[in-house]
Amino acid sequence: MEILLAVVIGGLYAAGFYMVMRRSMVKVIIGLVLLGHAANLLIFTVGGLNRGAPALVPVEGAAPAATDPVPQALILTAIVIGFGIQAFALVLFKRVYQAVGSVDLDKIRTPDT
Amino acid sequence: MHHLLVLPILVPLIAAGAALLAWRQRRMQRWLGLAGAAGLLAVAVMLLVSVANNGILALQIGDWPAPFGITLVADLFSAVMVTVTGLMGAVVMVYSLVSMDPARESFGYYPLLLILLMGVSGAFLTGDLFNLYVWFEVLLIASFVLLVLGGERAQLAGAIKYFTLNLIASALFLSAVGILYSVAGTLNLADLAVQLPRLGQPGLITVLAMLFLVAFGIKAAIFPLFFWLPDSYHTPPLPVTTIFAALLTKVGVYALVRTFTLLFTQDIAYTHTLLLVLAGLTMVTGVLGAVAQMEMRRLLSFHIISQIGYLLLGLGLYTPLALAATLVFMVHVIITKSALFLVSGIVHRLQGTYHLKQLGGLYQSHLGVALLFLLPALSLAGLPPLSGFWAKFALVRAGLEAGQYAITAVGLGVSVLTLFSMTKIWTEAFWKPRTVQEPVRVLQGRERLLYFLPALTLVGLTVLLGVLAEPIFTLATAAAQQLIDPSAYIQTVLGGAL
Amino acid sequence: MSKSAILSIAVRYLLPLQLLFALFVLVRGHNEPGGGFIAGLVVAAAFALYAIAHDVRQARAVLRFSPRRFIAVGLLLAAASGLVALLAGKPFMTGLWSTVELPVIGKVGTPLMFDIGVFLVVIGVALMMIFTLMEE
Repeated sequence: MEILLAVVIGGLYAAGFYMVMRRSMVKVIIGLVLLGHAANLLIFTVGGLNRGAPALVPVEGAAPAATDPVPQALILTAIVIGFGIQAFALVLFKRVYQAVGSVDLDKIRTPDT
Repeated sequence: MHHLLVLPILVPLIAAGAALLAWRQRRMQRWLGLAGAAGLLAVAVMLLVSVANNGILALQIGDWPAPFGITLVADLFSAVMVTVTGLMGAVVMVYSLVSMDPARESFGYYPLLLILLMGVSGAFLTGDLFNLYVWFEVLLIASFVLLVLGGERAQLAGAIKYFTLNLIASALFLSAVGILYSVAGTLNLADLAVQLPRLGQPGLITVLAMLFLVAFGIKAAIFPLFFWLPDSYHTPPLPVTTIFAALLTKVGVYALVRTFTLLFTQDIAYTHTLLLVLAGLTMVTGVLGAVAQMEMRRLLSFHIISQIGYLLLGLGLYTPLALAATLVFMVHVIITKSALFLVSGIVHRLQGTYHLKQLGGLYQSHLGVALLFLLPALSLAGLPPLSGFWAKFALVRAGLEAGQYAITAVGLGVSVLTLFSMTKIWTEAFWKPRTVQEPVRVLQGRERLLYFLPALTLVGLTVLLGVLAEPIFTLATAAAQQLIDPSAYIQTVLGGAL
Repeated sequence: MSKSAILSIAVRYLLPLQLLFALFVLVRGHNEPGGGFIAGLVVAAAFALYAIAHDVRQARAVLRFSPRRFIAVGLLLAAASGLVALLAGKPFMTGLWSTVELPVIGKVGTPLMFDIGVFLVVIGVALMMIFTLMEE
């Protein structure tokens, strides 16, 4: 399972970086989303895959085999942050599209003034 | 009391919340912005005094013991940085009162600035790597919105690079945090400092250090990852540029200093030599970029990069003197660079442009403005007895003591080029007779006071830092000692849990 | 975009149900899976659906307060929940519970207050983004 996930993560990073380097703004956003997913999945995998074990254990009684909850908490936080940032990215890129009239990043030059 | 540690985060947060509630009352928002920044400065000074007297402070949020809970730590380095944050917040807030246009003001400028200050303070105070990531994101989101606030075409175009590059940095940072957690099983900085040497895998740690170096390097704008900075920093209104120039890249440098003194000290011969090489390249490319510019804000933006090189130089040398010099340099560069930006804002207000070709004659018409520019410019270049001289002097001495002659020579050469580019602004904007025939605007009354007061404060501080070099270096040396020997830091955070 | 009569009638009945469900998720989050974040998203989804079925202006009218105000109140409430511990002499954000048990909910404490703060912030942020994007 780890090997499969490692391949998937590698693929996500590769695809993400490839998309970020494209000229079209829409593809850049998709690339950023993919990079975020890759990072989250990476944390999930390196945190230790433990099938069927809960992250929360009851206070009373014997503790069953548990999964480390920290990676899940990290991912949850990262997803929430990513959610906010991606929404902002959409608004920003849409504004740029309206101002410039193109999704081609080469057409957007930073003026000197 | 340890509760002091949450106040630099809480004060701006509450002020921002209140300013959001007072959305339609612009006056109210201005007052809340001022109160929030002044309050931050006040609690930061209290924190600094407390840390200087009682040593390192730590607070476990929610009473969860470290390394399981969220920890806030303030050593001297953090406390000084938070104090400078409060100072810059207050200064920029006052400057904004008069120079920010009403449209931006009523679109949430003050709450956003407060949230930015909260994020920066949080990043300086946190004792946990994942929390550092969260604070980075908080200040990034605030900075994104501040950067595009107003929605001018240039702003939007500049924002795209800034946004994309910083997001890639965040993704790398997050990946590095995840891998580090799987390696060490903890993210608390103090706990990591204990666990990493025990792992006996210096190779793996060095790889992680490089991942963090790239992530923080993008945020700190070090070579070769700096190009987003000069393309975006000159596009927003001047107060925004000033606060960005003062604080944002410095958070990246702070993170580098923190991690490369506390965590990644396994293979100094490799990591810190690399830092030295990067420092040299950053200094040189930054200043060469600056020399070529004809627009004041762009020129100063390139100088930010060049100064980041000096900060890295101190970190790369990794001796007590070098780290103390880095700390003094950090405070010095924040203050002088912001003073230069504020003065360039005054120049723009007077003559309506930032272009050196169209500026001129200010020495004739406004002697006061000319002096306000001259002092921080000379300080930045490193002329005695201003603050820059002592910072550079200490850095050079540390470099010579460590036997790193090449990089020290580069640092001195870059100083000359810095002086040259400052002379360029001076001759073009101040000495050269004005070619464009337009009436020079005059500032009067309250407007004049609010424009000049912040710049005067900062210029006064750069002189004061130079005059008080002795006590300041005593403080910086104590701070550097805490960085070089982190046992007190670890002891304070983990308590008896070692 | 033509409006669907079925959707707009259905939404009228769905909205209260969704809000009730959000409240349930919010309170359940005290001890079980659930909590302020997802409850806030449920509310945001409900109003987004309303905005799709009718239009953004009407959705704003039904919401009554601007999303911005939700963010402000939520932030202040979350900050205040941490301050309670400070007043009691404990470190910031220490969870404090009341001694009396309320029916259904159980013991109430500052974590619930924090959760309500998160709930409000999430409603505000999500709706602000959704409304902004829909209005353009």
